[in-house]
This record gives sequence, structure tokens and C-alpha cells, in this order.
Amino acid sequence: MTATEPVTETATVLQAQSITMRFGGLVAVNNVDFDVNDREIVGLIGPNGAGKTTFFNCLTGMYRPTRGTVSYRGRRLPPQPRLVARAGVARTFQNIRLFGNMTALENVMVGRYCRTKSGVLTSIIRGPRYRREERETVERSRELLDFVGLGRNADHLARNLPYGDQRRLEIARAMATDPGLLLLDEPTAGMNAQETAQASQLIFAIRERGLAVVVIEHDMRFIFRLCDRITCLVRGEKLVEGTADVVQSDERVIEAYLGTGPAKAEGGR
Amino acid sequence: MSAIDSWLRRTLGRAGWPIALAGAVLMAVGTFLSWTYDPNIVENLTIYLYPAGPQVYTLILALLAVVMLLAVRGPLATRPLGSLLPGGAGAARTAGVFSVLVVWLILVSIAVQLHGFVNIDPGGWVSGVGALALFVGSRALPDSPRPVLDWRLPSAVQIILIAVALLLVLTAAAYALNRSDAWVFIDFLLFLAGVVLMSRNLGILGYLADATARLRRVTLLAAFIVAFLFPFTQNGSDANMSIATQVLIFATTAIGLNIVVGLAGLLDLGYIAFLGSGAYVGAILSASAFTHIHWHPPFLVVVLIGACVAACFGLIIGSPTLRVSGDYLAIVTLAFGEIFRLTMNNLDGSNGPDLTNGPNGIPAIPDLRIGGFDFGEPHTVLGIELGRFANYYFLLLVVIAFVVLAFARMNDSRIGRGWVAIREDERAAEAMGVNTFSLKLLAFAGGAFLAGLAGTIKAHHDVSVTPDQYQFLESAFLLSAVVLGGMGTVGGVLLGAVILKLLPEKLRFFSDYRLLLFGLLLVVMMRFRPEGMLASRRRQLELHEEDEELAEELEGQVADVEVAPR
Ligand SMILES: Nc1ncnc2c1ncn2[C@@H]1O[C@H](COP(=O)(O)OP(=O)(O)O)[C@@H](O)[C@H]1O
Ligand SMILES: [Mg+2]
Repeated sequence: MTATEPVTETATVLQAQSITMRFGGLVAVNNVDFDVNDREIVGLIGPNGAGKTTFFNCLTGMYRPTRGTVSYRGRRLPPQPRLVARAGVARTFQNIRLFGNMTALENVMVGRYCRTKSGVLTSIIRGPRYRREERETVERSRELLDFVGLGRNADHLARNLPYGDQRRLEIARAMATDPGLLLLDEPTAGMNAQETAQASQLIFAIRERGLAVVVIEHDMRFIFRLCDRITCLVRGEKLVEGTADVVQSDERVIEAYLGTGPAKAEGGR
Repeated sequence: MSAIDSWLRRTLGRAGWPIALAGAVLMAVGTFLSWTYDPNIVENLTIYLYPAGPQVYTLILALLAVVMLLAVRGPLATRPLGSLLPGGAGAARTAGVFSVLVVWLILVSIAVQLHGFVNIDPGGWVSGVGALALFVGSRALPDSPRPVLDWRLPSAVQIILIAVALLLVLTAAAYALNRSDAWVFIDFLLFLAGVVLMSRNLGILGYLADATARLRRVTLLAAFIVAFLFPFTQNGSDANMSIATQVLIFATTAIGLNIVVGLAGLLDLGYIAFLGSGAYVGAILSASAFTHIHWHPPFLVVVLIGACVAACFGLIIGSPTLRVSGDYLAIVTLAFGEIFRLTMNNLDGSNGPDLTNGPNGIPAIPDLRIGGFDFGEPHTVLGIELGRFANYYFLLLVVIAFVVLAFARMNDSRIGRGWVAIREDERAAEAMGVNTFSLKLLAFAGGAFLAGLAGTIKAHHDVSVTPDQYQFLESAFLLSAVVLGGMGTVGGVLLGAVILKLLPEKLRFFSDYRLLLFGLLLVVMMRFRPEGMLASRRRQLELHEEDEELAEELEGQVADVEVAPR
């Protein structure tokens, strides 16, 4: 019923239908439809507390939505984070959730977990298959570290990395699960101007690899330059959806977000 | 301590050093004199010019202290000694502390056993006063940072060093086991602790630790060779071999528990029940006249059945509880331990099937027979007689080698990384596609499997199986061994198992205070070194989440060698 625009060549990767998330009396996300096309960069904006992170949690199965369904490439996603990751949707967290006492490389290797198979016996016996898989895991993880620009920091503990590097490491870890869609929750929070510029380069490069990306952001200039399409959430409801120009010039967005925005955008953790 | 130190430093000033030196010399002189008149206590310290037992420990400590002191000041300090022993001052202080402990423990024991300090001969007083002087004087020495030795030795030499260290451990263990006097036994342990801590002050321990980490395989192999040689040092005596096999059973089980606790981070308070399951399977399927099942498959089959039964129990307990948060698991496993014991107590035919003979248990389990080899028979190898316990000892050594291999390889694999990720942030691990539930279940059931395996051997070793061998206290001891030794390391748990099993055997007269002592020990450890004696680097980091310096320091040492080839 919501198949609004005729799909041209670009297939829909993610389709979320009438997602509602209620916490007791609070409706954090209210009846939101949302879809992402192949190789698209979609922005998700909205003032603090609008329900953006909650919406991500609904998409990735961290929360079971009160109502609504999520499908990825035509298949329903069960509300279990592990199965969502396996299906091909990976995410990062607003408040970084790396494995602090593991090295950068090991963090990324954990991301490979769901694409590798070695079990108990193979791990103990260590036959050629085990060694090949382990070698591939290391190679793939190193390649991803290089890709996000952390190649030199492979052996550093995640908790010892500077803030911006931790955000990039989280992206590398998420990409290690071979996703088709990457959900980034405020990837530039706490970064300086130069790091932010690098981040947008990185997101473009991710798209070049054939992934679709959804980005939650407060930094308007960043998001308008980056995204093909932007959705604005306010108080849990989808207010506007469209290209940067459309959203930028929408009265309600300016009122609801940009009007009160700058102060919050600066403070965004 | 540091307040006293600085006060002493101010009061004594440069007089501290000569006082300490004089004290060390006095200590050494005292060991050549008689300490008491009664030759029947503390290994006969009555003979002049011939130091015995505790006097030898005292003499060694005194001589080491002299060397350390000479490295701090005096004519030799600048060139040969000072540069060789940069941590001399710290080591001298340690020597001071442990000299007081080692000497005065014996003096007190003489006073206790012969009723009064009057029974101490002049030699004892000379060494006692010397030890005190060494202690006070060494406190006033200037601080020296613990040095980091960067000897670049060829790896062959490093291997020899490791082998020598392990042989020293073996000799010390064999020597300690042969102490029949409990006071002397404790005194020797104190002496050992002193020497080990001194080598730490000098940076030697740190160097050895690094070398063993670099040459992990060689170290492991050497450790097994040394352990293999141990029975040959016992001249066919069963007393010590019996203790040694018990230590091995305990250690095997504790390593299994360490997979659950140390690697997967799950708290299991009923682990002994899995050992019990294996033991009961072993007993019931044995040829004992007291079992009611008359099927006696070969032992290898029994081992597999015992391990699988335990693993099944693990699955049954684990699958509902591991889905919810950690605290429930502790409660459920605690309850399972009790249920197991009570069930074994009651399966005596009056209610339900007669399987276990109830509280009487299953006695008269015959010795193992694998192939044509009878474990009950003594064997003579190279002219050295190896008794029944030595046979079990070798079998257990094989089992423990397997368990250690499984532990180490699981730890350093995809599965091990999954466990670490779960310990770090379970929700994030789940979001990255890690199947946290089945990984936890795997650890839980895998640990149970290994315990069940050990249990089947334990049944034959113990000759009888009764429910009260598998009570909660034993689970608590296993857990203490893991926590005390070091969560997530093999060496630590081995050390913990040796301490927790050996001490009670040697300190039987202490048994009333045993629990109190362990309780205190655990409290002290939790306060000062929560990661255990031989800590896993990662665990150390986890337990010091705030400590940025430590994080920098350990950075290069966390990843397993094979994971991060440069
Ligand atoms: N687990 C939860 N329980 C109760 N309320 C929640 C929970 N998670 C989020 N919320 C609420 O939902 C609203 C939206 O939060 P969030 O999604 O974090 O906003 P945003 O990411 O857009 O800043 C907030 O009012 C928040 O307090
Ligand atoms: Mg948010």
C-alpha cells in the first residue's frame, strides 16, 4: 500500500513500515515509514530526543517495535540483533560501544564472526581449513582498518584510541560483517572540522563499495552535502522527507529543528 | 608502610645501610650456631657450624641481602654489582621483610612448642636480632624503581633459562612436599615467596615472564617434561604422589572451570556437580561389586559417557538460564550443585531406582585397566619404582595436557574472541552478529564436559564415590583456585590449584582454620590484586578500567601472538 513512487532501476534495500515504539506512555517513534534504496545515502535528522536512535534500535532488533515491520531486500527482519547483522544490516552506536580491552584489529575480527564458521573441534585441531579462515579473517580485518585509515593502529587497544579513531573503528567493525546497509548513529559527534570532512569522504567511499548508508547527524552542513535524501523526525513522527533542497527550505523543519537547532547541535555530546 | 619508611629514612639517614649490612651479617653468623636444645622440633637446629632446614633459608636470605646491599653502596656498587643489579635497594628491602618472617616464625614456633622464649639458644637470638636490623636498616634505603631488563639473549639461552627456572620450581616443590614439620613447611614457603619477590624487584621475574610469553610453546613443553619427571624424584613413595595426583585432578577441573569463568565470564557455583556426574558414571559403570548395572564397557567408552552426561546436564541447566542475565546463572548453578548431591544421596532404591547406594556411595571401585595396563600395579622404570599413584599421575598428565590445549586454542580463536566480546559488551557483540547465547552455552557445556571427563578418572583414583565428596564447599574451592591463580590463564589456575590443594594437605593441624585462612587470603587478593597471581593481561585491563597507564603499558601484550602477526 505504501509503494509510492515507481521504482526505477534502484532496488529498495530496506523497507520499514509504520514503525511505532512506545515506552509506557511515551511514544518515542510514531508510525514511521522509511525506506532506503541501493547505494543511497540517507540522512536522518531531528532535534535531540526526536526518536532517531530509538528508530535505529527498532530497525536493528535492539528493540522490538510496538508495531510495524522491517524488511531487508524483501525479507522480514526478526527483532534479533544477531539475525539482523547476519542478514546484512550493520550499525554503529551514538555512545561508542567498542570492545575497549581488545585491540583495534581484534575488534574488527569480532565483526567477522558471523561470516566465519570455525567451531570447537576445528579450533582445537587447527587443520588447514581453520588456518585459512583465520588468515582470511586477519587479512580482511586489516584491509578494513586500512580502509578507514587505522592501518597503523591495528595493535592499539580500542580504549587507548582517540575519540575520532574510535568512531572510525566502529565503522570498520560494522563493515566487517559484510553488510549491504550501514546505519551510522552520529558518526561525527565530538569530531573537529577536519575529522568531519574525512568522515564524509569515508562515507562516500563506503557507498562506492556498494553499500547503502543511513546517517543520523546534527551537523546540517555535513548532512546536506552528504545525503541523497533526508528524513526529518520530530517528536517521533516523520515530518518531511526529500532531497536536501526540499528539507532545507521546509518551513516546519526550520521551525522545529533549525530554529532551536544550533545550540543543541553544538552541544551534541 | 611508606610513612614509617620516610620516618626511618629521616631518623637513620645514611646509617640505614650499615645497620642493614650488619644485620645481614649477624643473621648469617647466627645460622652457624644452635637455635634451640631440642633436636626433635623444626628439623634439629641444635648443631653448631652446620646450618639445617630453616637456618639454611635464613643463611641464603642473609647472603642475598648482603649482595643486594653491596650493589647499593660501598666499593663494589659503582661498577660490577650496581650496574648488574639496578633494583638492589628494592630487593634488599624485600629480603628484610622476609628475613624477619622466616627467622621469627621459627623462633616463635620454638617458643610455642617448648613453652617460652627462654628455650631459644643464642644462635636464634643472633639471627633474630640480625633480621630485625636488616629490616629496619633496609627500610631507610633510597627507593629504586623496578628495572626492566632488556637482555637480548639468543632464544636457545632463553630456553635454557626457562628450563632452569622450571627445574628450580620442581626441586622446590619436591623439597616442600618432603617437609614433614608444618612450621618448617610454612617457613620454606615464606622463604620461597621472599626469593620470588626479590627476583621481581631485580626485574628477573619480569624478564622470565616475557620470555615465557614469547616462547609459549617451549615453556609449555618444558613444564610438561618437568611435571613428567616429578614421580621419578619420589623414590616410589606414595605419600607425595597421592597428593600430586589430587592436585592434578583438582587442577584439571579448575582449568575446565576457568573456561566458564575466565573465558566466557560466567559465574558457576555448582561446578563440582559436573565432576560428580562423571565420577558417578565412572563408578556405576565400573566393575565394583556395589553397582547395580552390570554393563562394563571399556574405560575409554566410560570416559566419553561420563563427559557427555555431564555436558548434557550443562545443556539442561544452561539453556534456560543463559538467556537471562548473569546473576541468575550463579543462583541456578548453586541450586544444581545441591540438587545433584541430594539426588545422589537419595537414589538408593527406597525412592526411585537404586543407582548410587545413597549416602554410602559406591565403594571398592577397581583400579583402571587400559589395554593390558593395570593402574593398581607398581611398575619399575629405569630402576625407579613407580607406584599406583604415579600411574594415575601420568594418565592425568595426559588429560591435563589435552585440557590445556583445548583451553589455549579455544581462547585464541574465533570462539575465544567471541567470549571476550561478550565479556566486554554483550549487547554490542550481539549487534555485530555474535551468537552470544550459544557461545555461552558452549562454554558452559564444554566446561561440564571436561569436568565429567576428569570425574570418571577420579572415581577410580579415589576407589569410592560418595555424595559428600561433591558438596558446595568443593565448588567454592575450585572457584577460589581460579580467582586466586588468575582468571583466564592456565598457569595461574595451576598455581592456584597447587596452593589450595597442597596447603591443606600439609597443614592438617590447621584444618579448623583452613576456611578462615582462605577467606582472608581471598579478601587480601581482591583488595590488592583482583586479577589473580598470574593474571591474564586482558583480565587485568578489565579489572582496572580506570587505569590509563596500565592500558598503555600492556597495550602490546594483549593480543595473542598468533592473532596479530606483524
Ligand atoms: N529504553 C527506553 N526506555 C524509555 N524511554 C526511552 C528509551 N529509549 C529512548 N527513550 C526515550 O525515547 C525518546 C527518543 O530518544 P532517542 O531515540 O534517543 O532520541 P534521539 O536519538 O533522536 O536524540 C527520548 O525521550 C528517550 O527518553
Ligand atoms: Mg540519538
